[in-house]
Amino acid sequence: AENGEKIDKSEQLSFPEETRPCVIPGCFSARRHDDLKEMLDSNKDSLKLEAMKRIVAMIARGKNASDLFPAVVKNVACKNIEVKKLVYVYLVRYAEEQQDLALLSISTFQRGLKDPNQLIRASALRVLSSIRVTIIVPIMMLAIKEAASDMSPYVRKTAAHAIPKLYSLDPEQKDQLIEVIEKLLADKTTLVAGSVVMAFEEVCPERIDLIHKNYRKLCNLLIDVEEWGQVVIINMLTRYARTQFLNPNINDEDEEKDKKAEAVTMAKRKPYVMDPDHRLLLRNTKPLLQSRNAAVVMAVAQLYFHLAPKAEVGVIAKALVRLLRSHSEVQYVVLQNVATMTIKRRGMFEPYLKSFYIRSTDPTQIKILKLEVLTNLANETNISTILREFQTYIKSMDKDFVAATIQAIGRCATNIGEVRDTCLNGLVQLLSNRDELVVAESVVVIKKLLQMQPEKHSDIIKHMAKLTDNIQVPMARASILWLIGEYCEHVPKIAPDVLRKMAKSFTNEEDIVKLQIINLAAKLYLTNSKQTKLLTQYVLNLAKYDQNYDIRDRARFIRQLIVPTEKSGALSKYAKKLFLALKPAPVLESPFKDRDHFQLGSLSHLLNAKAGGYQELPDWPEAAPDPSVRNVEVKESVRAVGTVTYRDTGALWGLQGPQKMEGSEGLCSALTPTTHCHLPSSESDSASGSESGSEDSRSGSESDESKEASESEEEEEEDLKTKKNKEKPLKKPVQESERYIVLSNSSQQREGEAGFLCTNDPQFRMNSCRSAETVFYKTTQQTSDSPGLFSPQTIAPSSALKSYELLHRITGEGLSVEYCFSRQPFIPDANMVAVQVHFTNNSTSDTKSLHMDDVKLQSGMRVKEFPEIGAWDPEDTATAVMGIDFCDSTQTANFQLCTHTRKFFVSIQPPVGELMRPFFMTENEFKKEQGQLMGMNEITEKLTLDVKCRNEHAIVQKVTTAANLSRVPCGSDKECRFAGRTVTSSSLVLVTVATKDQGAAQLTVNCEKMVIGTMLVKDILLALTQ
Amino acid sequence: MIHSLFLINASGDIFLEKHWKSVVSRSVCDYFFEAQERASEPENVPPVIPTPHHYLISVLRHRIYFVAVIQSEVPPLFVIEFLHRVVDTFQDYFGVCTEAAIKDNVVVVYELLEEMLDNGFPLATESNILKELIKPPTILRTMVNTITGLLMLLPLRHSPLRTRNPRLLDDVSFHPCVRFKRWEAERILSFIPPDGNFRLLSYHVSSQNLVAIPVYVKHNITFREGSSQGRFDLTLGPKQTMGKVVESVLVSSQLPRGVLNANLNPSQGTYTFDPVTKLLSWDVGKINPQKLPSLKGTMSLQAGASKPDENPTFNIQFKIQQMAISGLKVNRLDMYGEKYKPFKGIKYMTKAGKFQVRT
Repeated sequence: AENGEKIDKSEQLSFPEETRPCVIPGCFSARRHDDLKEMLDSNKDSLKLEAMKRIVAMIARGKNASDLFPAVVKNVACKNIEVKKLVYVYLVRYAEEQQDLALLSISTFQRGLKDPNQLIRASALRVLSSIRVTIIVPIMMLAIKEAASDMSPYVRKTAAHAIPKLYSLDPEQKDQLIEVIEKLLADKTTLVAGSVVMAFEEVCPERIDLIHKNYRKLCNLLIDVEEWGQVVIINMLTRYARTQFLNPNINDEDEEKDKKAEAVTMAKRKPYVMDPDHRLLLRNTKPLLQSRNAAVVMAVAQLYFHLAPKAEVGVIAKALVRLLRSHSEVQYVVLQNVATMTIKRRGMFEPYLKSFYIRSTDPTQIKILKLEVLTNLANETNISTILREFQTYIKSMDKDFVAATIQAIGRCATNIGEVRDTCLNGLVQLLSNRDELVVAESVVVIKKLLQMQPEKHSDIIKHMAKLTDNIQVPMARASILWLIGEYCEHVPKIAPDVLRKMAKSFTNEEDIVKLQIINLAAKLYLTNSKQTKLLTQYVLNLAKYDQNYDIRDRARFIRQLIVPTEKSGALSKYAKKLFLALKPAPVLESPFKDRDHFQLGSLSHLLNAKAGGYQELPDWPEAAPDPSVRNVEVKESVRAVGTVTYRDTGALWGLQGPQKMEGSEGLCSALTPTTHCHLPSSESDSASGSESGSEDSRSGSESDESKEASESEEEEEEDLKTKKNKEKPLKKPVQESERYIVLSNSSQQREGEAGFLCTNDPQFRMNSCRSAETVFYKTTQQTSDSPGLFSPQTIAPSSALKSYELLHRITGEGLSVEYCFSRQPFIPDANMVAVQVHFTNNSTSDTKSLHMDDVKLQSGMRVKEFPEIGAWDPEDTATAVMGIDFCDSTQTANFQLCTHTRKFFVSIQPPVGELMRPFFMTENEFKKEQGQLMGMNEITEKLTLDVKCRNEHAIVQKVTTAANLSRVPCGSDKECRFAGRTVTSSSLVLVTVATKDQGAAQLTVNCEKMVIGTMLVKDILLALTQ
Repeated sequence: MIHSLFLINASGDIFLEKHWKSVVSRSVCDYFFEAQERASEPENVPPVIPTPHHYLISVLRHRIYFVAVIQSEVPPLFVIEFLHRVVDTFQDYFGVCTEAAIKDNVVVVYELLEEMLDNGFPLATESNILKELIKPPTILRTMVNTITGLLMLLPLRHSPLRTRNPRLLDDVSFHPCVRFKRWEAERILSFIPPDGNFRLLSYHVSSQNLVAIPVYVKHNITFREGSSQGRFDLTLGPKQTMGKVVESVLVSSQLPRGVLNANLNPSQGTYTFDPVTKLLSWDVGKINPQKLPSLKGTMSLQAGASKPDENPTFNIQFKIQQMAISGLKVNRLDMYGEKYKPFKGIKYMTKAGKFQVRT
């Protein structure tokens, strides 16, 4: 009745025009709704709208309006859009309860699904799929399938949204729905991507195989997907990467585990090479750390935490610290995650220590989390700062927080030996604090600390013994009693007296205190039975009749153990050993330790318990699964990708669909540089698809390409016309790449000889991936006469390869050996530099079984020997290829060349320019990377160019001869840029030659390996000035 | 993802509910009320509360709890960020986000919630898109078909914005309309602005460029042992404001529990002291560098009680017009794709964030 009364009042307040209904609730609602029904039945839209508004208001307040269903459902076909929208709201809310009546509305939606207006199609599907009525499952299934191939991306998005709805209604549809998901995953619009991955996560998160073919596309689209979709995609890709790639920190972790075995395992294991797809994910998510959406930032942060090489994880710290300036709920979640991260990677957050200082206005739960982080960050160098900060906190009015601070001090003291005494003294001072809670907490913490070095601190134990008179907090009393019992030999005079007092108050104590009194009594009995025998028996007698059975049990157990009787068993002999065994000091651990076995940022991580639907983060695989599963053959025009991007259509929301946008200004602006990123990636796929580099697969893909080119040509033309500023960067590199081809023609033959046109190398793909240049390469290829012979490798002019002498004819007794750096990837091991060795037998006799022996290397270096060369005749030559991992240094590789009769000591020392391989990047990427390699990593030299190399062509040739680098397209003709990566560690090497008037120039080398940088500067300087 | 949403006011009434999937009984909120009781302060209710069958994720804004009901794993920040976005949207639509405003506009609220989530997954959260779909109450609702209205092409505008000293910025985050690549390469903010107010970028000034805080505080707050009186003396002054006036200054502080009352004398402005919450608040107004504002007087303490050992901290709010103390300046603003000559203006203002002075 009281409830009904309440309803009455509120109803009255909002609808004052109504007459007061009768008191019985059931009756009143039936009567009261009559007017609404009348309004809904009227012909006037305004009345209908008014009625619907009132009904929606009722629903919003949680009032039951289900009896109006028949009256409302009639209006589902109402022409007025406002009324219709509200009818939909009602329908979705009550259809489940009124299944039969709900069916009346279905035909309206089925009609809507065929409407020419995409928004009406979408909204019909949205409502239809929201009606939770099992009988319409087949209709929904059909509608979803059709919508999944709708031409409007918005309708396809709605279809993706409908999938989890249908799945929750009828899980048996799973297989069919997976088919739809598979289809939509292949969709190339950013609008669909987030929604379909969401559906994937809800319906079939275990079907990782569906992602393979879409992996690169998702990575590339990511930046343009709407924020919420980004979160879902990033979380899913984190899991994906954990199943497909190798642990980038595998070698580091081994180091920690076992330093001795390291050398052995290192030699056995192939050095770690990051899969280019793994790198792609890291690279494409990084910019999202700058998102305004905290959930996106967190998603990227957890991705980096779980997937990035140790050295790169640091970038997330700054972004996470930024989130601490957001709403307190955001802080709460972020701090939980930071707390977990600080345990594994403390160094990352150390520079931001001050960002975790606590404000008096922070909510307690935030304070405690910040405290946790500060404690995790404490080390020898910053501990004094942190302790000073803690001292301020102890004076806070927030007592829960003070207690947490005292615990934190205790943890710092156990973790950092240097400050243990300081902390202990500070805590002892707190024992005289006026606040009992503070004292109690201090006692508990001191107890733990004293356990580490009890003998040094008997005065503190005495001091604490005195506290038993005043302090009432049970936990603190129990702690003191335990301490006295445990270290009774350090306080032989006080201990029995404490027991005497406790025996007196035994019956009034809390259970935990009683248990400790019994313990104390037992320990004293064993060490000092003369003084305490009677007291102990008294206490045990009291305990025998205690209300709590734990205490009764304990008393019985202890009596049997310590008081020898004829019945007492063998154990009592060992009583002393049992009770006064040396106990290990407690380890004060963070509650966040090992929480990272949950995926960070997840609900399960926050709760430290598995939430329903949580997908385990898999362990890294031992060996990487086949990376080729992610290769995609190019079929259709890739231009379509990116025509609808979120940010450019803004309010339009991409609703126009591609066909309407073409040619309009919208398209042109949509073709931001991101579009260029999609192109080359698919290009690289087709390139790597032709595994053997055979002619037919090449030409096959070419015909596809030419079709595609003609398709996209029109589009491109328009693009160029309307967007003049685009034209410049487009044209220029084409010219440049033409020149490259001229250059590389000269070296073609050599390459044919070496037979290294194999493209089955991950490094290769990485090189050719995602650089605008490969596109230009493609266009010029179609015009040039020699298709098929090029691989993108040849873009770097390797003109005349310089030969070095390994063994002179005379010392070699007729055997002369030369070697050169072939600048080809060394197939058996990507981290090795390929060295081509050329043997000439000038002697008159045969040479047999030529092989390498006794290789002497600096630590870390490795050599892959060339296979033994059998017999060959006088005046004959032979060529072999060996691989050497120089560890990015110009150390010499010493070894013996053995024939069947002789041994020769020889050595190979690489010029620094051979320690790298070309790396293709765009101008923007180059600038970005250069910006990150400043300071010590940048070396600049002024020079005067040799008269012969004052043109661009000559500079390019000189530099690329001196070092194995590739040209980076550049808008200015005053600058030549080159990029490469070192062979072993893949560190970037960036070279810039800026020319000025009259041969003056400036050479800049950016490389994080400073030694390489310095040497490279010397070599290039030499090449350009001579 | 998000199953249901409940709006709860300060007195614990559920005044709005919305379900995106099957209906979840409002009794689930009992777990929230329990947690609320355990928390000493309203802001200490844990944002994530596990219950036997659901998880409750909530935010507190404008003294209203927005409680989302979740059934399975979802990143908590996802929900929290979304709920804040809901509040921002309400504020954008109704000017304020109060219980009264929400109740008055319950139909619009419901329509908004319907558009913002589909089956619990965010659908349209951008203010400009929502305004195309649902007209804010202040704008006369025309009977124009809102859907066809959406298909209108908005003029595309690019606005590259050059900031003068990008090295200054240590950490930035952007509205999604900003072209990140352009910023990375040239340190130019190029974007197509969505309609309405929006935050283009937030930045943090790097610690190398130490920013001088434009206000200093001189304080002398003492409690003597055995005396029932305490002394209170607080003076504010401007520092390196380049001639600009520090205004809208507001000082607030939580005094120790032992303080019974405060008898203070402000040289300007007004002060209040709430003897129950022990909250002292002094509305200073402008700081005149010639005549520094001060607040002096005595505090009466509980007789016989020992002196409080905690020191109060002062929260200081202020504003400075026409100046950005970080030194950040917009170098130029260009607009493309518009035929008319736009009026361009930039307004600088410094506003204190969470600025706290320990004593």
